[in-house]
Amino acid sequence: MTASDLLDLLGPGAGGWGVALLRAALVTFSLALSGFAVGAVLGGVTVFARLAGGRAAAYAARAYITVFRGVPDLLTIYLLYFGGSAGLTAIGRFFGAQGFIGVPAFGTGVAALGIIAGAYQAEVYRGAYLAIQRGEIDAALAFGMQRGTLLRRIVVPQILRHAIPGLGNVWQLVLKDSALISVTGLVELMREAELGAGSTHEPFAFYACAALLYLAIAASTGSLIRRAERHSLRGVRFG
Amino acid sequence: MNRLTQFAAVVALTLAAVPFVPRGWADDKPTSAVIGTEGAYAPWNFTDAGGKPVGFEMDLATDLCGRMKIKCSFVLQDFDGLIPALQVGKFDVIMAAMFITDKRLEVINFTRPYAIDPSGFAVAKDSPLAKAGLTGTLDLGDAATTGPVIDKMKALLKGKTIGVQAATKHLDFVKQNFADVATIREYKTTQEHDLDLAAGRLDAIFAQRTTLAATLAKPEFSAYAVAGPGFVKGVFGRGTGAGIRKKDEALLAMFNDAIGAAIADGTIKKLSIQWLKSDVTPP
Amino acid sequence: MIDLDFMAEAFRRLIQGVPLTLELAALSVSLGLAIALVCAMALHYGHRGLTWPIRAYVTAFRGTPLLVQIFFTYYGLGQFRPELQALGLWGFFREPFWCAILALTLNTGAYGTEIIRGALQSVPYGQIEAARACGMTRWLVYRRILLPIALRLALPSYGNEIILMVKGTSLTSIITLLEVTSIAQQLTSETFRAIEVFVCAGAIYLAMNFVVTRIIGSIEYRLSAHLRAAPDLVALPAGGGSA
Repeated sequence: MTASDLLDLLGPGAGGWGVALLRAALVTFSLALSGFAVGAVLGGVTVFARLAGGRAAAYAARAYITVFRGVPDLLTIYLLYFGGSAGLTAIGRFFGAQGFIGVPAFGTGVAALGIIAGAYQAEVYRGAYLAIQRGEIDAALAFGMQRGTLLRRIVVPQILRHAIPGLGNVWQLVLKDSALISVTGLVELMREAELGAGSTHEPFAFYACAALLYLAIAASTGSLIRRAERHSLRGVRFG
Repeated sequence: MNRLTQFAAVVALTLAAVPFVPRGWADDKPTSAVIGTEGAYAPWNFTDAGGKPVGFEMDLATDLCGRMKIKCSFVLQDFDGLIPALQVGKFDVIMAAMFITDKRLEVINFTRPYAIDPSGFAVAKDSPLAKAGLTGTLDLGDAATTGPVIDKMKALLKGKTIGVQAATKHLDFVKQNFADVATIREYKTTQEHDLDLAAGRLDAIFAQRTTLAATLAKPEFSAYAVAGPGFVKGVFGRGTGAGIRKKDEALLAMFNDAIGAAIADGTIKKLSIQWLKSDVTPP
Repeated sequence: MIDLDFMAEAFRRLIQGVPLTLELAALSVSLGLAIALVCAMALHYGHRGLTWPIRAYVTAFRGTPLLVQIFFTYYGLGQFRPELQALGLWGFFREPFWCAILALTLNTGAYGTEIIRGALQSVPYGQIEAARACGMTRWLVYRRILLPIALRLALPSYGNEIILMVKGTSLTSIITLLEVTSIAQQLTSETFRAIEVFVCAGAIYLAMNFVVTRIIGSIEYRLSAHLRAAPDLVALPAGGGSA
């Protein structure tokens, strides 16, 4: 295969897969971003339940974290893909809806990534909370701050600052995990590469191309995160 | 406990916020159908450069939906997940070169067959099986004739590695007859076992004749050929049909009528010759 | 609703995949650790000719999904059979097992490099200065001071990495290896009961990872004896009556 063949194959022209691959990369990016956002909500709720909830809530939070960090993400995705609709259908029946309720593949993917990311993010937030100097909270209380103000002014901003490096790791994890959503048939970057490799019999070119696109997304978002980290650390004294 | 309920409520709301699509019909006459297919089984169903499903079954489905005057859309799903996904309502119909067999009929319904296509091996042209000159079509229901041929093929495939698609009747067939002499590898798609045949990791692949022919037409398979007889019936059941949930009886009846009409007016023959290069119209 | 007989049968089938899963995880984690140690030490040593290729390797494998790496190693490199045969490497790349080991090892090697590099950096400088002051050679400092402290510091993160690898082996189901996830898929396609089967498989992985967590935890405990609070002296039998 010559370089010009390769250009035809992966280029934007007719019969070329270039546009399709880029569009699939966009699906991958939005899938990962939505999954990460859902994970942020779930992670936040979980860490609240674990640190401030009652005994049962803390227990449920720990179980959630342990299970979804210990079970292969591929299994979680399968389970949600096949189990998710069945569950929703049952809930729908309960409220009087008839027939099946199907979740679109993108929605299932976002939910699966969100549940996995939530388990990891909960741990990141917990670590960040524990890193807050106890004295800061005592000082705030001594000033007569109320619980809400304390959370808003002292706790949450610091959690976010301490959490940035950890969240960066979770983001990279979610981005790479999004490749597993390909098993549900959603045409994201991995699936598009598989389709291309299968139908053109040029697996090397397609998987290399997919790898480069993932790398590009990972690298560009990674540098954004490092920037955010530097920004958050302005005014922090070291040593 | 109050906090736990709050927690549960938030989780439930988050999950419910995921957009869902209720079907436009319940038990009466269907007005739309989502068709699940594999999209990796050329030329029956595969995807073009944009990931859009195309092929014999897509054209047939479009024709059938036109006859039934319902709106149809396609969803892609790996073959091994098709039946579970149908059952949980990911789509309403399977059209993915799926054989109508008793075991599958225990869990879902099938329409009448819209195609009958024998299955066989593809091997290197210089391999013993290719040189043996076994041809024709064998009815697996007739053990007296097929038994000796399969025994002969066993000797020819001894020690070889055979690639088959997972969760298919092809896999069942190869396991039943060649597991004791050959190594069997399971692949998620036929495209993947094609890649491994070309790479030389496999000595033989087993699939439907029409899809083998499409694979072997590609230049990198010039050293390979279809070999041995084609097999029908028996484990391969009553041909290829569309899978439908047991409770969707109205939809099943509509599909049966439409398929009957498409057989009668020659549409299936026309599409089959166009895509599969041979006539697979059932009698 | 829940069919216990079926679950038991599913467990029995799924357990048969555990040896392969463990073999894949153990082999790739130990080979990956060797790669990680060498690469991390080379980065720490800091010669430019060495750091550049190692950085590229680490970035490439941490920045792409393991699934892509497995597909690339298996199908992508499979395209170059004549070239690999000429190099005498085809025997290795022909087997899905070795392709899986290669992809998993390179993956965990890249993550391990970052973990150990970070740990080497966190070794308090005073320790190294003290060792130098005692007249230790560079290599002796590595062997006696830097590496032991760094490995202990790296242990919690490395434990997480091992768990990620146990989970990662599930992806090799895609290149025809019959490990736990692959058997789960077989069972699903035979019985069409996806949820029960995947719940059973999940429980098996959870059990494996529980054992890994416990082993790492106990190693960590033994290696950190000097960091634990001293035994409560008051609780000891008081002698001489001076309380």
